Amino acid sequence: MNDILTMKNIQKSFGDLEVIKDISVSIKQGDVLSIIGPSGGGKSTLLRCAAMLETINGGSIAYGDKQAAWTDDNGKVVYAKGKQMKEIKNCFGLVFQNFNLFPHFSVLKNITDAPLRVQKRNKDEVMAEAEVLLDKMGLREKADAYPYQLSGGQQQRVAIARALALKPEILFFDEPTSALDPELTAEVLRVIRQLAEEDMTMGIVTHEMNFARLVSDHLIFIDGGIIVEQGSPDEVLGNPKMERTKAFLNKLEQ
Amino acid sequence: MELQTMVTMLAEGFLKSVAIFSLTLIGSLPLGLLVAFGRMSKFKPLQLVVKFYISVMRGTPLMLQLMVVFFGPHYLLHIQTGSDYRFVAVIIGFVLNYAAYFAEIYRGGIESMPVGQYEAAEIMGYSKVHTFVRIILPQVVKRILPSITNEMITLVKDTSLAFAISYAEMFTLAKKIASSQSTLMPFVIAGVFYFIFNYVVAFIMERVEKKMSYYR
Repeated sequence: MNDILTMKNIQKSFGDLEVIKDISVSIKQGDVLSIIGPSGGGKSTLLRCAAMLETINGGSIAYGDKQAAWTDDNGKVVYAKGKQMKEIKNCFGLVFQNFNLFPHFSVLKNITDAPLRVQKRNKDEVMAEAEVLLDKMGLREKADAYPYQLSGGQQQRVAIARALALKPEILFFDEPTSALDPELTAEVLRVIRQLAEEDMTMGIVTHEMNFARLVSDHLIFIDGGIIVEQGSPDEVLGNPKMERTKAFLNKLEQ
Repeated sequence: MELQTMVTMLAEGFLKSVAIFSLTLIGSLPLGLLVAFGRMSKFKPLQLVVKFYISVMRGTPLMLQLMVVFFGPHYLLHIQTGSDYRFVAVIIGFVLNYAAYFAEIYRGGIESMPVGQYEAAEIMGYSKVHTFVRIILPQVVKRILPSITNEMITLVKDTSLAFAISYAEMFTLAKKIASSQSTLMPFVIAGVFYFIFNYVVAFIMERVEKKMSYYR
């Protein structure tokens, strides 16, 4: 299978603080990659670099055969521009930790506005797809509600539907359940699991180890700006080889 | 002078006060947004010029600004101004002054928007203009509405400052009648007019706020 996302030798600093030192990672079509690790270890930053919300200081990013960012001979990072960048940004979607729904739009409008206004797709088609998505998320009767009227779990499911409506090739999740209590977490994870079963390509930053074990094809443990350990979820979570991974997992169990 | 005559004369002045109020809003609400953009610009020289403009507009009396706008062309530039210029000067002075206040209100509203709204819009492919017009501005308007109402109420009363350059709005007329007739009555009537005007403004703005309360 083809790589949907390829990140090579990524470096990212905020001022003097080197958050990502040297990370290379790729995600194949239909695969789910989970990224775990302690807070401040660089996992969210890596995801935000992939989603072009942060500018990398070194390395390269490509979606399929489209180069999004690369380092030139002088060591300067160059980003794709204009139409090419627009196409690249169309490849991925991102679900945020705190949803970031548009509060002044109804649930339905949150889902349909970008396909209609940005992608300029046919209205009947977009509406029909939105209905299917709402059904899938179990939110059929909430189409006309506003975000503030929904629980956190419902809001996050709207956010997932909103991202899917743009038909991304890959969907990123940045700690999608960290703002939710356990009950609501379950309903969001169920939806993500369903997507995994439908072979949606995904990159997920998460603290839910059991969930990561269930859905991912590949798992990486990031700490101190590098990949400490990676492999199948059973390998990394069931039989970690590195001391740092063991310490991290032990701490979670306590 | 009969009471009715007074009321009729002041009512004419009142229409002129309403004209100042309306034209000031029509001019300064959009101009204020442009000024706010300048104030938030990453281009330092523009930002500094706009900052200076705002501090002068807020730091000197509006009455003085009206005088400068009205007499400035004659004394500074030796331009002969026509008879219509008095009203034009009032509007220019008011618009420039209120745009500065509105700009700071817009800026406060825009800067209070969570960064997540911009990021979500960017991820979804909205252009910068689309992001501002469709996502940010509607939410900013809702947030700043109480402050805008405040300014509008102040503006109703400030229209009386046109008195400084003898533009015949309600207050100027009231003072004229009061001194020629030796009575306080015109001021009482003018006070009632201002109060009713502001009551209507507050009522309308409350309705607008209610209309925007369909979301939080």
